[in-house]
Amino acid sequence: MSLYNFGLEPLSCHAWNKDRTQIAISPNSNVVHIYQKSEKGWNKIHELTEHSGRITGIDWAPVSNRIVTCASDRNAYVWTLKEDAWKPTLVLVRINRAATCVKWSPQENKFALGSGAKLISVCYFEKENDWWLSKHIKKTICSTVLSLDWHPNNVLLAAGSADLHCRVFSAYIKDIEERPGPTPWGAKMPFGEMLLEHKDCGGWVHGISFSPSGDRLAWVSHNSSIGVADAPAGKEVTQLTVEHLPLLSVLFVSETEIVAAGHDCCPYQYSYKGPGNLQFVKKLDVPKQSSRSGTSAMQHFRNLDKKATTEEDQNELDTLHQNSITQLCIVEGPKSKVNKFSSVGLDGAMVVWDFKVLMGVINTKPGVPSRRKYVI
Amino acid sequence: MRKKAAVCFHTMSKNTVSDRFRKVDVDEYDENKFVDEEDGGENQMGPDEAEVDALIRQYPFHPLSCWGPNGNLMEALQAVLKNPPINTKNQNVKDRAEGLVLKVLSSFKSSDIEKAVQSLDKSGVDLLMKYIYKGFERPSENSSAVLLQWHEKALTAGGVGSIVRVLTARKTKSSSNLRKHQFTLESIDVVRLIFK
Repeated sequence: MSLYNFGLEPLSCHAWNKDRTQIAISPNSNVVHIYQKSEKGWNKIHELTEHSGRITGIDWAPVSNRIVTCASDRNAYVWTLKEDAWKPTLVLVRINRAATCVKWSPQENKFALGSGAKLISVCYFEKENDWWLSKHIKKTICSTVLSLDWHPNNVLLAAGSADLHCRVFSAYIKDIEERPGPTPWGAKMPFGEMLLEHKDCGGWVHGISFSPSGDRLAWVSHNSSIGVADAPAGKEVTQLTVEHLPLLSVLFVSETEIVAAGHDCCPYQYSYKGPGNLQFVKKLDVPKQSSRSGTSAMQHFRNLDKKATTEEDQNELDTLHQNSITQLCIVEGPKSKVNKFSSVGLDGAMVVWDFKVLMGVINTKPGVPSRRKYVI
Repeated sequence: MRKKAAVCFHTMSKNTVSDRFRKVDVDEYDENKFVDEEDGGENQMGPDEAEVDALIRQYPFHPLSCWGPNGNLMEALQAVLKNPPINTKNQNVKDRAEGLVLKVLSSFKSSDIEKAVQSLDKSGVDLLMKYIYKGFERPSENSSAVLLQWHEKALTAGGVGSIVRVLTARKTKSSSNLRKHQFTLESIDVVRLIFK
C-alpha cells in the first residue's frame, strides 16, 4: 500500500490519467493540481485555474485524454491538452446552483453533471457550433444530486440524491449515438426516462456504483447502510445496515465484491451474491504495529513530560487515513477484477490499495511493521 | 434640549413597526419545500400494554420459566419492541410506548442486560437505541442511569451505526430536534470522538 500526503488541505476529489502516471486532485479550493509520478513521489506539473468556486468533481477520460471539472460556481469546464498546457472550454450546463459531481460516460462522448439545482445535466459536444450543449434530467428529483455513475452501455445513468432516493435514468442522446438495446433495467429508454426509483434509502445517498456488467447497482447512504438493486432479479433491493459511521463512496471491484469507505477512515469489503445475500466481508486496512516492544525508561519520561501521558500515539487513528475518506477510484485492473484502487480523504492523503498486498497482510499475524515513521 | 431628545426617542420606539414578522416560519411558504412522503400511521397503536404488563408481572415468580428467572422479561422486551408507533401522528401513543419501554428496561437486573440485548436482531437493536435516546430526552428519577447501562450494551451490539440511524431517522422527533440545533455532517466527528 502506498500513502502519499498532498499537504494539509483535504482532497475533495481526484482522477487518474490512462496509465496512472498522473493524478489530478483538488485541495478543497478552486484550483486543480496535476501531479506526475516520480521515483520519490509526486511532482506538480500543472495547475488548472479557471474556476472561481470550490471544485467539487474531476473526471479524466482515459482514451480521449480530456479532463472535466465542475465547481460550486455553477460551471463546468472541459480541459484538453494542447502543447503541454491544459486549455479550458466552458460548458453551458445551465444550472443555477452549485455542481456537485461529474462523470465521463464509458465511451467519453458525453458526461453527466449532478447539481444542487435538483437536476442532472448531460452534456455532449455539438460539432456544428463547436460548443458543449446540455440536456437536463429533472423528473422527480426533489433535492441535490450527490453522486452519479454510468452503466457500461453508455446510456443508463444512476443518481443518488439528498432526497433519500436513488434512481436510474436514461441519458440517451440521439444526436450522438445509436439507440441502445434492451437491458435488464428496461427496454424503452428515451432521454430522461426513469427506470428505477428506490425511495427512502434511509439517508442522503452519498455514493453509487454499477457492477461491471451493469446488472446491479450499489449505493451507500447516510444512515450507515449499503444497498444493492438487482435488475435481473426484478430490481429487488437488498439493504444491509453497517455498524460503522456512514460510508461516503462505493465501488464494485468485481461482479460480486464491493468496497466502500467513508467517515470511518478505512475501506470495507462487502459481498453481494444474490437478492437478500449482502454481507460484510472484512475491513481492508493495514494494521499498525501495536506498540514498540519495551519502551525505554527515557521514552516513558519523555512522553510524560511532553504529553502528560505514558501511552503513545493517542492522537492518531489506527487506520492509514487519518480522516474521512471522500472518494474511491479504480487504479488497476478491468472493472470485473480490480487489482488496485485509490482513496483520497479529508486528511490530504491519497492511498493506493493493492488487493494482493492486502491478502498477504491480512493473513499474517498482527505486528507486521507499518510504513509510518515514528517521530520522537 | 436633552428633555426633547428623550421624548423624541420615546415616540420613536412607539412608532416602530411590530416585530411579529420575526416569528413567521418562512420555510412554510416555500413552494419548493421538500415534503416527506407520509405513510399512513393511523393504525399504529404501539406495543400492547396489557400483554407487556402481564409479562413483567410474571417476573420473577413464574414457576415454569424455562429460561431462568428472567424468562418473561425477555419476552416482555420482545413484546414491547413490537409495533413501534413510528408513523403515527398521535403523540399520546408515542408517549405511552416510550413509558412502557422504559418500564421494561428498568425491570431488568443489570447483569442480565447484555444477554437481553444479544437476543435482539439487528433491527431490534436499532429500535432499542431509538427508544434509549428518546428516554434520554425526558429524564425521570432513575431513568438515565438505567438507560446508560442499556446504551453501553446496545452500542457494543449495534456499533456507532445504530446511533447514526437514530440521528438520521426522519420519522422520530429526536432527529428533528437535533436538526433544529443545526446538526450537520461535521457532527460525525463529535460522534466519533465520543465513541472511539
